[in-house]
Amino acid sequence: MTRGARLAVWALALTVVASIIVPALARRDPLAIEDVIARRLLPPLATNPDGGWHLLGTDRFGRDLFIRTLLAARISLFVGLAGSVLAGVLGVLIGAVSGWSGRAIDRALMSLTDTFLAIPRLVLLLLCVALWSPGLVTVVVVLAATGWMSVARLVRSEVQGLRHTAFVEGARALGTLEVRTLLRHVLPNALGPALVAVTLGVGNAILLESGLAFLGLGVQPPTPSWGNMIAGGRDIIVTAPWVALAPGLAVIATVLLCTVVGDAFHQRLLGHARPPVDP
Amino acid sequence: MTPTLRRAFESALLFWLVVTLTFCLVHLAPGDATDLLVPPGASAADIERLRSSFGLDAPMWQQYVRWTSRVLAGDLGTSFATGEAVGDVLRRALPITLGLGLVSLALTFLIGTAVGLWQAQHAGSRGDRLATTIGITLFAAPSFWLALALVAVFTYVASRSGWPVWLRLPAMGVETPASTLNGLARLSDIARHAVLPVTVLSLIGAAGLARYARATALELLHSDWVRTGRAKGLSSGAVMRRHVLANARPPLIVLLALSLPGTVAGSVFVESVFAWPGMGRTMLASIGARDYPVLMGVTLVYAAIVIVANWLSDVATVWADPRRRS
Repeated sequence: MTRGARLAVWALALTVVASIIVPALARRDPLAIEDVIARRLLPPLATNPDGGWHLLGTDRFGRDLFIRTLLAARISLFVGLAGSVLAGVLGVLIGAVSGWSGRAIDRALMSLTDTFLAIPRLVLLLLCVALWSPGLVTVVVVLAATGWMSVARLVRSEVQGLRHTAFVEGARALGTLEVRTLLRHVLPNALGPALVAVTLGVGNAILLESGLAFLGLGVQPPTPSWGNMIAGGRDIIVTAPWVALAPGLAVIATVLLCTVVGDAFHQRLLGHARPPVDP
Repeated sequence: MTPTLRRAFESALLFWLVVTLTFCLVHLAPGDATDLLVPPGASAADIERLRSSFGLDAPMWQQYVRWTSRVLAGDLGTSFATGEAVGDVLRRALPITLGLGLVSLALTFLIGTAVGLWQAQHAGSRGDRLATTIGITLFAAPSFWLALALVAVFTYVASRSGWPVWLRLPAMGVETPASTLNGLARLSDIARHAVLPVTVLSLIGAAGLARYARATALELLHSDWVRTGRAKGLSSGAVMRRHVLANARPPLIVLLALSLPGTVAGSVFVESVFAWPGMGRTMLASIGARDYPVLMGVTLVYAAIVIVANWLSDVATVWADPRRRS
C-alpha cells in the first residue's frame, strides 16, 4: 500500500474514533438548545458568554458545530458503510445465482438488473424515499436496494468464468452438493471485484445520503447528519457561511479518503490501478 | 432481424419493464394520495369517493393494465394535485433541465478534454499533480454544497467587496422575475442566471472526464505511432491533435453520451438550490404532494433519457471512429 493510502486509512480510523469519543466528552448535551440569543451563530473560534470556546462556531440554535459535525459523522459513516455493504451482499447473491444457474433464471435476473439500471440511481433513490417515511432505516434500505446492480454484474461474470474451471469440475465430480460448490469453491474466488466495488461504494453512499438529507428526505433533524446540517445553513449562507462550511468540508474529506482507500484496495487485490471510469 | 430493429425492440421491452417497476414501487408503498388531499374532517364516504375518482379502488391488476396501456399510448394521466395533464407539466419542465444538462455537458467535454490532455503532456509535473488533486476533490464534493459556496462568493462577497457588475451573478431563477426584456436582452439575462448552475454541473463533470482523458492520452502518448510522429519531426501540437486527440475522441464521446442521464438527474440538487423549475424541482414537488401521476411521469422521462443515451453512445461509437464504419 502506498503512503497516501496508509495515511487515508489512519485518517478514517481517527474520524471514527473521534466521532465516538468526542461528543461523549462534551460538557453539555450537544442536542440541547439553551440561551439561544447569546450563543446563536457565533463565528469559528469565538467564545460564548459563559467562557465556552467554539472551534467551528455555532449554528442558529447556539449548538456547537464541531460536536455536531462529529455526531453527524457517526450517522453518515454508518449509513455509508451499511448501505454499501448491504448493496454488496445483495449484489453478490443475485450475481452468484444468476451466473451459476444460467438460462431462464439468469435471463430474468439480468432483466431485473437492466431495469433498475435504466433509472438513474438518484431518481430511483428519490422515488423510494418519497414513498416510505424518511429516516435512518429507510435510507440504508433504499441505498442497498438501488446500489446492488453493478456488483451483481461483476460477480455474475466472475462466476460464469469459474463455472468450467478444473477445480470446480473436480468438486462436482467428487459429488459435492451444488450449493456447497458455489459457496466454498466459486464465490471465494469471485469476491475480489465485489469487495473493491463495495469499498468505493462507501464514499458514493455518503454523498447520496447527504444529498437526501439536504433535500429533507433523509435523516431527519434534530438528529444531525452532514446533509441536514448543510441544509440548516442554506438560507443563512450569506450571513453565516461557516454553518454550511464545516459539514461540507467533512463530506468532501470523507469521500476523498474513501476513494483513496478504494483505489489502493483495487491495486492490491486486483493487481492493477483502477481505470478512471468503471465500465 | 436487423441489428437496428433488434435494438429498437430491446429498448421498447426495457421501457415496458421500467413502467412495470415504477408501478410496483409506487403501489407497494403504504398510504396513497388521498391521505394528503382530504381535509381532516372528511367522512369515510368522501374519502372513498375521492379514491374511486382517481381509480385507486379498482383491483391492482386493473390499475396496472389501465396505466400501462395509457402510458404506452402516450397519455401520462392528470396530476392529482393540480388537475393539469402530466404531459403538459413535463413539457414545461423538460426543456429547462435538458438545456441546463446539454450546455453543461458541452462545457464538460471542452474543459475536461483540454485539462486532461494538458495533464498528459505534462505528466508528473507540479501542475499535473495540482490538477489531479483539484479534480478528485471536486469529484468528492456534493453538488448542492458547491452551489451554495458559489452563491456565497458571487452574490455576497461580490457585492460586499465591490466586484464589477458582470461578476455579481443572480442566484435564483431562470430569468429576472416579471422582466419585460425581449430578444437578445432576454437571452443574455437567462445566460447570466445560468452561469452559476452550469458552472457547478460542468466543474463536477469535467473533474471526472479530465481524469479519464488524462489516462487515455497518457496511454496513447506511449504508442508506436506517436513515437514515429515525433521521430519524423512533427511539432508536439500536431502530434497531440492528429495522433492523440483523434484516437482519444471516440471513447470520450461515448463516455459523454453515457454521462448524460447522470448529469440530468444530478441537476435535481442544482435546480433545488437555484430555484430552476425543471424536472428535478417537479419531482421534488410531486414527492411532497404525493402526486403519483407526476412522480411516475418524471421517472419514466428519466428512464427514457437513459435508454436514448445508451442508444446514442452506440451510434457515437460508430460515428466518431471511422474504423467501425463498414
